[in-house]
Amino acid sequence: MILAWLIGILLVGGILAWLAARSHPLLCRWISLAAVSADLVLALCVAVRNFGPGHIRTNEWFEQADWSWIPQFGIHFHLAMDGLSLLLVLLTLFLGIVSVLISWTEITEAVGFFHFNLLWILAGILGVFLSLDLFLFYFCWELMLVPMYFLIAVWGRERRVYAAVKFFLFTQLSGLLMLIAILSLYFAHHHATGIYTFEYMELLGTPLSPHAAMWIMLGFFIAFAVKLPMFPFHTWLPDACAEASTATNVVLASLLATTAAYGMIRFLFPLFPRATHEFAPVAMTLGVIGILYGAVLAFSQTDLMRLLAYASISHLGFVLLGIFAGTTIALQGAVMTMIAHGISTGALFIVAGALQARMRTRELDAMGGLWDTVPRLSGAALFFALASLGLPGLGDFIGEFLILLGTYQAHVAMAAVAACGVLAATFYALRFVQRAFQGPNTHQRRLPDLAVREGLLLGAMIVLLLWLGLYPQPVFHTFAQAANHFPALWR
Amino acid sequence: MTAADVLALLPLLLVAATSVVVMLTIAVGRNHAVALGLTLIGLAASFCSIFFVHPRQVTTLLIMDNYALFFMGLIVAATFAVSLLSYGYLAKREDAKEEFYVLLLVATLGAMVLAASSHFASFFLGLEILSVALYSLIAYLHERPLPVEAGMKYLVLAATSAAFLLFGIALVYADLGTMDFAQIAHLLAGASGQHLALLLPGVALIVTGIGFKLALVPFHMWTQDVYEGAPAPVTAFVATVSKGGMFALLLRYFTQSGANHFAPVFLVFAIIAIASMLAGNLLALFQTNVKRILAYSSIAHMGYLLVALQVGGLIGAGAVVFYLVAYFAMTLGAFGVVTVLSEEQRDADQLEDYRGLFWRRPALALVFTLMLLSLAGIPLTAGFIGEFYIVAAGVAVNAWTLILVLVVSSAIGLFYYARLIMVLYQQPAGSEQAQQTLHVWTPAASLVLALLTVILVWLGVYPTLLLKVIQTAIAALV
Repeated sequence: MILAWLIGILLVGGILAWLAARSHPLLCRWISLAAVSADLVLALCVAVRNFGPGHIRTNEWFEQADWSWIPQFGIHFHLAMDGLSLLLVLLTLFLGIVSVLISWTEITEAVGFFHFNLLWILAGILGVFLSLDLFLFYFCWELMLVPMYFLIAVWGRERRVYAAVKFFLFTQLSGLLMLIAILSLYFAHHHATGIYTFEYMELLGTPLSPHAAMWIMLGFFIAFAVKLPMFPFHTWLPDACAEASTATNVVLASLLATTAAYGMIRFLFPLFPRATHEFAPVAMTLGVIGILYGAVLAFSQTDLMRLLAYASISHLGFVLLGIFAGTTIALQGAVMTMIAHGISTGALFIVAGALQARMRTRELDAMGGLWDTVPRLSGAALFFALASLGLPGLGDFIGEFLILLGTYQAHVAMAAVAACGVLAATFYALRFVQRAFQGPNTHQRRLPDLAVREGLLLGAMIVLLLWLGLYPQPVFHTFAQAANHFPALWR
Repeated sequence: MTAADVLALLPLLLVAATSVVVMLTIAVGRNHAVALGLTLIGLAASFCSIFFVHPRQVTTLLIMDNYALFFMGLIVAATFAVSLLSYGYLAKREDAKEEFYVLLLVATLGAMVLAASSHFASFFLGLEILSVALYSLIAYLHERPLPVEAGMKYLVLAATSAAFLLFGIALVYADLGTMDFAQIAHLLAGASGQHLALLLPGVALIVTGIGFKLALVPFHMWTQDVYEGAPAPVTAFVATVSKGGMFALLLRYFTQSGANHFAPVFLVFAIIAIASMLAGNLLALFQTNVKRILAYSSIAHMGYLLVALQVGGLIGAGAVVFYLVAYFAMTLGAFGVVTVLSEEQRDADQLEDYRGLFWRRPALALVFTLMLLSLAGIPLTAGFIGEFYIVAAGVAVNAWTLILVLVVSSAIGLFYYARLIMVLYQQPAGSEQAQQTLHVWTPAASLVLALLTVILVWLGVYPTLLLKVIQTAIAALV
């Protein structure tokens, strides 16, 4: 029941926020903040209840909500939460609060509609993390699409329409392929057992011919790969990131990618163990290409947003590699990277957004020597750049280290090449810091430093990254059951 | 005809009687509101009477089974909405307004006959009642060039296609010696090669006639011009009631005769479906006129429906019926918005009329957005469940080619829906004055749009009840 509340609060909060904006924009912001915060508190309660000291769980799924929805098709409104979902729900809600706060002064037009979209996309993301019915999963997957389209298209920058339509087309087309795959699985299950159901648990053991399993698996994979985004389906991300507002970028680069990675972990392996195993080398290769390609392109960008987008593609290549390496360690690393990348990249986009708001440009060439005038902002940028390049002691390092370690067990060459990506990250991350903040202040800029609100947000993110880097055990503990569970299925 | 027969025909009789009553009141004295009121009462009475009809065959011509009754309800409800939309639209215009409702009722009667026909004679009868009323409805604003041109175009093409249809019926009759659907299906099941000489041309001609009415590629040439020229409420009527009645008949015939298992028919309809889906969506890409965009989009939607039609069986028929209901709601809604925005002199069909609508009239923009999203098949709307149902039907029988074309063309479709939605949210560039003239509050139309939106979202979130009703309806067929 509590899971339905999680989604319901956001949906209702979105509508209320929209209505409230008619009387006062500030009221709308507070309602949104309250809704997301209430959700975060709820999710934390669940976490404490199930992972608090001395608590022993007997069931892998510790929260459930299950109602019949469209019985004619065997569709249930079935939400459930395990360790993996819990972690990602917490991440989503944290970044949700960040998004609401960061748009506090940035968004001034159609404030109500903005918050409506923001809260509904968060609800869609939570739905993706929590659904155990494949129809419901697809429903939520598609539900994320339209609010994101509006977020890019209405509050974006110059070429926003192009970027929004590109995003919409890429994800919708791939989503439809996934729909076909889901339906094929549904009918294959009916063929084998005589029961029509979209229930994840029941579909798990569906007998499929190797040929069919491969095609159905690919249908899922493409949808996830586009959303991740994986090379060569990545081209929408830099365009979208370059045009979208800060809060949108946080959701886009940090959270949507996470839903894709989650989908791979939750569905590909358990549903199609053999096909995924056969396909793993291809996916790993694409992941490695993505790591290097993203890094090289990030290095050559002059547009700050595009740089971060390509850096993001590079990091997500690691996630892909970790998921498909098929070892527990690599999978744990992938989940860790999803979380740490979500926070560090989100923070970098906030820094970039803050620079954009102050200088009205996102060209690296127009920056330089900003450290003198905005020391706190520059310090934060340096910190997150270091996190992004994988400095030990911060969350990203743990994730990428575990991915490389786990991949090494499975595939030495892949691990060796991927390790170069870590090196390349050093170049683009430090180049960003040098070009923007160090050297002489050639443009004689005098800018306001971080406001209290921005400072507190970035500070919270710094603390989280440090915590993840120095004491990652809670994350592994929460995920442990699932981590052992998944690769075992396809060995 | 027994009393029970008459009782069973009550929904049809009530609509027919209403049209006469409205005509007689016009003879006594003209009053727009009275004409509308009588029309609405008649339609409501007809709708209620549907629930009291016991399914039965009435002569060989009409079959009043649950399936026919379901579609009659749908058609009557759609006409109810169109009448309400028309009121505000006609009130702004100078022409005589009252006859509009007479024609509308007659056309509705034709569509209802189509839904219930089990015989070629009633098929043709219904089609002609519908078409003749439509000629005048399309050209109703006879002092303006566009509607008259559209009316002429429709008249010439519809008459020609009716002739094709009639010839086709004659050929089939010459070959099989019957015009009763059930008997034809029975004979076809045992048909051998010798029949094909007359039968195939006959079927081909009938397909031409049906294809014209449904605006399927390559019989779609009239669609965009008629959609553009006709008054917006009439366009809504053409797009929904006229096509819906014909599709009801087509589905009945296909399911009863098992025509989709007949290889040449399957092939022809597969090609038509693919051509309609692709051509409709591709041609819509290059349009800047909203009514034309919706015209091409409706061609594509008919293509989607054909996919489900070909799958057949319980799942295919269910998908067709559900999608038709969704299609009715979203098309009425979309044209409803066009109607509400239309000015006295011309319909709001240019993209410019919609630029920045969200900033001027957020509620209307929201309704239009939802309708377009539904046409694009996005969740929370009826269109999503409908598209899901059709894809499910296709996957169930492994019709991969059709499904892949559907997916690709629906992605193409997304492009122009997205563009249209985008226009709604752009900051308006025009002068303040131009925006003011558009702002006329029409309570009847607002009510219809609000209702349609609720239905659209309700079906998108909780389609269970409708699915249950549909299952009873198609149980009569399969």
